[in-house]
Amino acid sequence: MAATTLAATSIAPIKSVSPTWRRFRDAFRRHPTALIGGAILVGMIAVAVLAPWLGTIDPQAVAPIKRLRPPSAEFWFGTDMLGRDVYSRVVFGARVSLVVGLAVAMFSTIVGLAIGLVTGYMRAVDAVVMRVMDGLMSIPSVLLAIALMALTRASIGNVIAAITLAEVPRVVRLVRSLVLTLREQPYVEAAIAAGTTLPRILVRHILPNIVAPLLVQGTYVCGSAMITEAILSFIGAGTPPNIPSWGNIMAEGRSLIQIAGYLILFPGICLSLTVLAVNLLGDGMRDALDPRLARRM
Amino acid sequence: MSNRAALLRSTTAVIGMLAVTAVLFMPSAWAQGQKVLKFIPQADLRILDPITTTAYITRNHGYMIYDTLFATDAKFQVQPQMVDKYELSSDKLTYTFTLRDGLKFHDGQPVRSADCIASIERWAKRDALGQKMAEVTDSWKAVNDKTFTLKLKRPFPLALEALAKPSSNVPFIMPERIAKTDASTNITEPIGSGPFKFVKEEWVPGSKVVYVKNADYVPRKEPPSWAAGGKVVKVDRVEWIYIPDSATAAAAINAGEVDWWEQMPPDLIPVLAKNKDIKVENIDPLGSMGLIRFNFLYPPFNNPKMRQALLYAVDQNDYVIGIAGDAKNGHTCYSYFTCGTPLSSEVGAAPMKGKRDFDKAKQLIKEAGYNGEKIVIISATDQPIVHSQTLLTADMLKKLGLNVEIQAGDWGTLITRRTSKEPVEKGGWSIFHTWLVGPDLTSPASNFAMRGTGQKGWFGWAEDAKIEELRDAWFATTDAATSKKAADAVQARAFEFVPYVPTAQFILPTAYRTNLSGVIIAPITLMWNVEKR
Amino acid sequence: MIAYIVRRLFSTIVVMAVVAFVVFSLLYLTPGDPAAVIAGDIATDEDIRRIHARLGLDEPFLVQFGRWLWALLHGDLGTSIFTNLPVTQLIGQRVEPTVALTLCTLVVAIAVAVPMGVIAAAKAGTWLDRAVMAFSVLGFSVPVFVVAYGLILTFSVQLDWLPVQGYRNFRDGGWEWLRHLILPSIALGTVYVALIARMTRASMLDVLSQDYIRTAAAKGLARDQVLIGHALKNAAIPVITIIGMGVALLISGAIVTETVFALPGIGRLTVDAILRRDYPIIQGVILLFSAVYVLVNLLVDLSYMFFDPRIRY
Repeated sequence: MAATTLAATSIAPIKSVSPTWRRFRDAFRRHPTALIGGAILVGMIAVAVLAPWLGTIDPQAVAPIKRLRPPSAEFWFGTDMLGRDVYSRVVFGARVSLVVGLAVAMFSTIVGLAIGLVTGYMRAVDAVVMRVMDGLMSIPSVLLAIALMALTRASIGNVIAAITLAEVPRVVRLVRSLVLTLREQPYVEAAIAAGTTLPRILVRHILPNIVAPLLVQGTYVCGSAMITEAILSFIGAGTPPNIPSWGNIMAEGRSLIQIAGYLILFPGICLSLTVLAVNLLGDGMRDALDPRLARRM
Repeated sequence: MSNRAALLRSTTAVIGMLAVTAVLFMPSAWAQGQKVLKFIPQADLRILDPITTTAYITRNHGYMIYDTLFATDAKFQVQPQMVDKYELSSDKLTYTFTLRDGLKFHDGQPVRSADCIASIERWAKRDALGQKMAEVTDSWKAVNDKTFTLKLKRPFPLALEALAKPSSNVPFIMPERIAKTDASTNITEPIGSGPFKFVKEEWVPGSKVVYVKNADYVPRKEPPSWAAGGKVVKVDRVEWIYIPDSATAAAAINAGEVDWWEQMPPDLIPVLAKNKDIKVENIDPLGSMGLIRFNFLYPPFNNPKMRQALLYAVDQNDYVIGIAGDAKNGHTCYSYFTCGTPLSSEVGAAPMKGKRDFDKAKQLIKEAGYNGEKIVIISATDQPIVHSQTLLTADMLKKLGLNVEIQAGDWGTLITRRTSKEPVEKGGWSIFHTWLVGPDLTSPASNFAMRGTGQKGWFGWAEDAKIEELRDAWFATTDAATSKKAADAVQARAFEFVPYVPTAQFILPTAYRTNLSGVIIAPITLMWNVEKR
Repeated sequence: MIAYIVRRLFSTIVVMAVVAFVVFSLLYLTPGDPAAVIAGDIATDEDIRRIHARLGLDEPFLVQFGRWLWALLHGDLGTSIFTNLPVTQLIGQRVEPTVALTLCTLVVAIAVAVPMGVIAAAKAGTWLDRAVMAFSVLGFSVPVFVVAYGLILTFSVQLDWLPVQGYRNFRDGGWEWLRHLILPSIALGTVYVALIARMTRASMLDVLSQDYIRTAAAKGLARDQVLIGHALKNAAIPVITIIGMGVALLISGAIVTETVFALPGIGRLTVDAILRRDYPIIQGVILLFSAVYVLVNLLVDLSYMFFDPRIRY
């Protein structure tokens, strides 16, 4: 008796680090690029949040007399064709681009998850829904987004909705294929045999195994959405023009690339860096979870 | 197989492949030796009917393949073009026109009086000046195939000016069978009697339009002056290559891939200035005018004091820079008629000139009883001139403490939304911006934007009986002096009732390579007389 | 196998019917009105109403849809509202540049990406691997038009080696045709290269860990032979899949590339049509894209048989 009690108290409590988190941590140590990606992303988010304090001048204030000035001490990134300060616009632009990217990633994941779970489980619904998804996927995503934007007026909400709609089918496909595979797993079959209700199965067995790949897919969607927003602005069907977004600033400055290249250079670098960061992060997470995921993504 | 046979086989194969490759990759011999003029037009040509649309690109197309009875020259004088002789009866009620010899349509048919009459009648159904003329027209009669008369109910001094109208809509002459098309249905056959022929098989809408020289065209003997005088074509073929991206267009003309760029954004002048082989010129003496148009149906701009307030706040200098880049390509113009034309003046323009008076503007706003109503400005991001004006106006209105929202789309969306007569809460609008070319704003006859016809008028539906009275009075004047006085009266009233606010006069320069010569200086793009070395 | 193809074709038709209905409904709901665009600057309400009626835009939804579907089944894709030219003719004129661009991009992308992926997989874990992968990720982090402008500025403006814009028909001279496609293909290809390289690497890594590879190496086959002869063929399937799925991506990117390089292709035609609300063109083109996408995927699925003899339909 005494021996066991002693033994019990002399054993230090086990640190409860969940296996997933440990896997992530180790993976990040092995993939410095993912860490860099994460750092850049966090940095950009900080810039976006702190924009009002980092931006020097009202990004929408026009001053035609000061138009098209190259970068200088007064205007760090120069001024655009209406005399607006490019630095302030780029800093505020981070907000729009990041909001679009993160919102699209979030919404498409949620919607895609919901639809994917349903189709993974119900055969009848599956056939119909997958044809619709195939149909949507066969329309090039940018084209679909432009068409949807043409239906409504330009606003950040509409851009998010349009790009989400274009990205949902891919998420649905992923979720569905995962659900289909997981359904065959022995522990799920066991759970069904034991009489577990469907919602419980979904929550306890299916979801935890989907979360990780979804997260990874989410990062790719985020990057893709930011680029799509830039392309939409380029074509003229994107976010409202007076609100700066990286895509907007580039679109407005595109004709002046030979005399005011900084109008494309700075937002372009910011956008590329952020998307790169997001993608590297996604890569790192994916490698951390299961290299075999690479085949499905 | 023996070695020699194998060698022979492989050599033959190699030679065969080389031959095929050579043939495939040899540039085609066609189009060598021909003088081809490559031109970047201001927009994409989609609608081929210059009567149903006022779009300038279609008007330019019209000048390529059609001809007109009369034309306006550089001194604003009416000159005969297709007409050989003309006379006016002593009671000033009957015009008799006789066509020149040798005028033929592109399908070989001669141009007859019936064609001219049908074309003018169709034009008169759409064009404002044409409609005015139709009101006083008793009849058109063809005396024979080359002579026809116009009988009026009352003397109409602007008859010849109407037939010589340089800009939209231009009374181009088409074959009778085509001119008989309903005036709101687009014609589909681009057949005219002009100096160029349209090559329909090579037309790629959105990308390329092709014209060839009309060898049967009989030009007048006089030197060209605007659209008057002899239209002598000095190239074999013209290609309009639409490049939507200005940076690409600039690079293309720099590299010599095109010869002439119709309207270049003034900001890109430094890019082309470095190239000795390119000339950048202002060949348009009249330029264009930007404007702020209100919606008269709903608050706040249904109140004249609100509109007048803007006259005290708008600084045309800002708009000049915002649109044209710098003073060389634009200037202020405090008039409802294009500055540089006979009827233009600064009568009534005092509020717009001099130092801006924001206090007076705010006072007028208060007097108007502005109560925070939302002002929606609709804009088009793919039209830089529209869009820069939007941003400038929005900024100014915010400085005045007004509640402003910009709703932007593309030009297609804007021209759809501006048709809405709903209040802003239901998708309506308060302000939009646009610009009109100089020839469209030279007189109370052509300036449709300053009319007060209310619901039947131009978008914005400005209503003012007084300005319509003054306009009719102007139509009744018979000589230059009274005409000017009457026009001044119209403008004075315009500055009181403010149908729109003129923002700036600007000229979009044209750029062409130095191997071109003979480019005509005119407010419209004309392609005859241009030579390519 | 015939039964498989027939079954696939049938489901293709179902998919396209869905697309057709969705597209038609979307456009029907749109508030933009082509009548207003056609009517022009100084149109009156009456003019717009008249044009509206003439275009048949007044009639109820199902009537319009039915009419359109009927014409479609007769091979008539309608007439463009603005130019009055048949949609089939407009599409026909613009197909060549887009197809040429897509093919050249595919060639460039595969030629660059597959070796990249193979090398990265062969040297997995080393700095070379990381560098190659980072480089390819850069490819789809930079927006296409930025790459395009960069290429034009460097190769056309500064160095004057390649033309800025435009498209030359193949029958007018193959060399010019190629020259005009080099820059656009590279610009558009950067995105594709990233995708294919990554997939190749991942798939190769998977295959390289298999037993039969170890056996081949143990038998004494040279590294190259192992990589290319055995591994690549087996790794091909996911790569081909990605290529098939990427066709939609290509067309998306083609829109921007065609705008910047002034190529008169279908991408630009569609964007212009959407912005102008030229419904018949939009409907016709989207149907065409769906058909192409579905066909490509069918071909991809059939090609699996070539790469993996175990797969038989």
